[in-house]
Amino acid sequence: MSDTTQASPMKAADGTPLKKSLTRALRRQKLRALALIAPLLIFVLVTFITPIADMLFRSVENQIVHDTLPNTVRALRDWDPASGEAPAEPVFRALSVDLQVATELKQHTRLGTRLNYENPGVSSLFRSSGRGADKIGKDFQDRLAGIDPAWKEGETWAAIFGSDEWLAADAAWAADKSGSQPAFRMREGIDEALPLAAHAFLMFAKDAEGAGKSPATTKPWPVFSDALAQDLESNPNPDPAALPAAEAPLIAAASAAVAGVEPFSYRDAFLAMNKGWGEVGTWETIQAYSSPYTAGYFLNAVDLERSPDGIAVRPPEERIYIKLFARTMWMSLLITVSCLVLGYPVAWLLANLRASTSNLLMILVLLPFWTSLLVRTSAWKVLLQQQGVINDILVWLRLVDDAGRLVMINNQTGTMIAMTHILLPFMILPLYSVMKTVPPTYLRAAKSLGATPWTAFWRVYFPQSIPGIGAGSILVFILAIGYYITPELVGGTEGVFISNRIAFHISSSLNWGLAAALGAILLGVVLLLYYTYDKIVGIDNVKLG
Amino acid sequence: MKVLSAFAATTALTLAAGTASAIDLTFVSWGGAYQNSQLKAYVEPYVAEHPDVNVVWDESSDAAVAKLRAMNEAGNLTWDLVDVTVADAMRLCDEGLAMEIDYDTMLAPAPDGTPASEDFGDFLLSDCFIPQIVYSITFGYRNDVAEWNGATPSSVCDVFDTTKFPGKRSMYKGPLYNMEWALLCDGVAKEDIYNVLGTDEGVERAFKKLDTIKDQVVWWTAGAETPQLLADGEVVIGSTYNGRLFSVIAEQNQPVSMLWDAQIYDLDGWIVPTGLPEDRLAAVKDFLYFGTDTQRLADQAKFISYGPARKSSAPLVGKHAELGIEMAPHMPTDPANATNIIMMDFPWWADHRDDLDAKFQAWLAQ
Repeated sequence: MSDTTQASPMKAADGTPLKKSLTRALRRQKLRALALIAPLLIFVLVTFITPIADMLFRSVENQIVHDTLPNTVRALRDWDPASGEAPAEPVFRALSVDLQVATELKQHTRLGTRLNYENPGVSSLFRSSGRGADKIGKDFQDRLAGIDPAWKEGETWAAIFGSDEWLAADAAWAADKSGSQPAFRMREGIDEALPLAAHAFLMFAKDAEGAGKSPATTKPWPVFSDALAQDLESNPNPDPAALPAAEAPLIAAASAAVAGVEPFSYRDAFLAMNKGWGEVGTWETIQAYSSPYTAGYFLNAVDLERSPDGIAVRPPEERIYIKLFARTMWMSLLITVSCLVLGYPVAWLLANLRASTSNLLMILVLLPFWTSLLVRTSAWKVLLQQQGVINDILVWLRLVDDAGRLVMINNQTGTMIAMTHILLPFMILPLYSVMKTVPPTYLRAAKSLGATPWTAFWRVYFPQSIPGIGAGSILVFILAIGYYITPELVGGTEGVFISNRIAFHISSSLNWGLAAALGAILLGVVLLLYYTYDKIVGIDNVKLG
Repeated sequence: MKVLSAFAATTALTLAAGTASAIDLTFVSWGGAYQNSQLKAYVEPYVAEHPDVNVVWDESSDAAVAKLRAMNEAGNLTWDLVDVTVADAMRLCDEGLAMEIDYDTMLAPAPDGTPASEDFGDFLLSDCFIPQIVYSITFGYRNDVAEWNGATPSSVCDVFDTTKFPGKRSMYKGPLYNMEWALLCDGVAKEDIYNVLGTDEGVERAFKKLDTIKDQVVWWTAGAETPQLLADGEVVIGSTYNGRLFSVIAEQNQPVSMLWDAQIYDLDGWIVPTGLPEDRLAAVKDFLYFGTDTQRLADQAKFISYGPARKSSAPLVGKHAELGIEMAPHMPTDPANATNIIMMDFPWWADHRDDLDAKFQAWLAQ
């Protein structure tokens, strides 16, 4: 009896085991706490983490080649670029179907743009061939329609490729367009019996559904005929079990007709369209970038490229990014140092002058801080240019002659001066807030113990201001390496940063993958610096106030 | 009673407005004098006839392709009509982001009945593009430079002659235009420029030529920079859009002259983004029919010195709306100015721009 009482768990007032009741109460408490921070958490996730994750993903994403040319990529797997010859007929047959489908979906030029980043000239190759490939399909369509006009009707194709249930549901939906459109379902086994045509029809059905139309009543694409002819040529007697009974004779007649005609050379047709298809380089690019993920953007971002013998350094006339990264780092460092040198005495004055004077000084620090960035940058343009205020004064004072006006803008000097001025408050404010907490009695005590003013400053005051220096420097440096408006306006060619190239690729060249890779590297560098700083100085020593 | 009837009247008005379906259309353009010319020449007259249409402007044309792409990815299209250069129109058309235009049914024929597709003629460089203006990139120079001893540049190659015409130049910070001029002045025939530029040696040759003036060049990215630099005397000669130079010369009376030699033609016009809902698309089509007819395009030239893209508009170009000066002599298409022009090869640039841009930026950084 006593054994059983000891083994039974303690119970709460309502009879549930105490342990269970406790965990439930704790969980409720945690959930309530989570609900409190949820708005902020969701906000940060949606506006900060997701875009960054998306950007990082874009820098390696490369699904477009695989998605647009699935059959070609598969056929190209066995081709060896070292053979020195463009691929053989099967690849061109697959390309014909893929390119026609892509043209209908308006994807081919998008793919051309993507591959053009790697191989200039591919863009126009795809654009011009889209029209040509369409013509091949139309020829086949005409021939097929000559055998039986039923091939011109969307219903015929839908009946072959759609499953019976879908056909019934789609017909019912198309009659009055009420309710939701039934999603396309493919007939069982048809993708093995007629693989290319089934693929083309699937893309067609998805496209028609996307536009809210019934695939059965939409005008069929010419590519179906081309794909069907290819399928029947490689397999003249497709599995009858996979075909719908009503359309089987139609297919048999088409198969007989295909067997009767002379084979069509897709390779010759494509080469006649554009001789770019005969170049090994074109195919090498397609093959090299056929995987859904690529390191290509990152290689490009560090001045490397893929070459036949592995990864190689780009030719010197194309190397810019490493140089820009290095310049961005070096100049940001210089800007940080000059902010520190200029800001430290000001912060010291702010912290140690009488309240009325220091308030006035504080306003002088904050006033530019509140002024628009563009206004301040443009003001520097007016001041620094060769016919500008500073040069005019120097000439008037006869310190320089008219021909020897100083070049202070559109170079690194311009960027340095303008950015130091713009970022100065970010150095002064953290320094000030730390210095404010250093009691003036320490300095007096040091002096009364016999220290010279310098020793008192260096041994007593300075070490206590280090957290402020750390905070200000990190702030200024991280802001500086991401700046692009000021360098763009006053930097000329020598004073621009990596961010200017990122902005260029985002809005002008539209090479978002490369922009993402450059951005990811920049992010990586910042995190690395932060980590190093934490290891050396310790992030706990940083004080912002 | 009075109150009640007044109330009834306002309700009736609101209802009427509701049935006439007031519609907000967002037009995207470049801002500044150019957007103003569009406002004055076609939007204001159109809105006067269609009070139910309200046009909102968005000055985002310079980033139009990037933004339309982002809108397309997000599935939230907020623009109805977008003004872009022909190169951007080609890219948007390629990506399926701009609608294909059936010129003869969607646009008004010329007054003599010539269908729109013939009236626009060679300027229809992309299936999605409705041209409005022909502008050019050309040089302007200060005509008061003492060191030049009274000489004035007469050929684009004088830009590369720093002994006869010393002083700073401003040029576009990219390969466009500069490569063409460099090759032309290095002795390449005009019709061979793009063939030569397509080879590595040709690119090198162009850079070699640009090397001769590299340390004398201020590079611009915005069209407003050269006029400002010329007015400040920071540069003595610089390239920019001809309309900008017109405003420096005619409107601000600066000592600047035009060097029309080897001007490079470019086109600007409308595209309609794909995926507009039907009511907005109908409104946009209605506006386009009116806003791109012969008279409207000719009217635009009253406000800015860009040539109308329709052949039938040319004879109708009149005087500047405020200055009252004849506009025809200031048009890039005026026969006196168009003695030596370069027609930009847009498809060629579509293929080679990224590649040449990377090389150009690397060259700049060296």
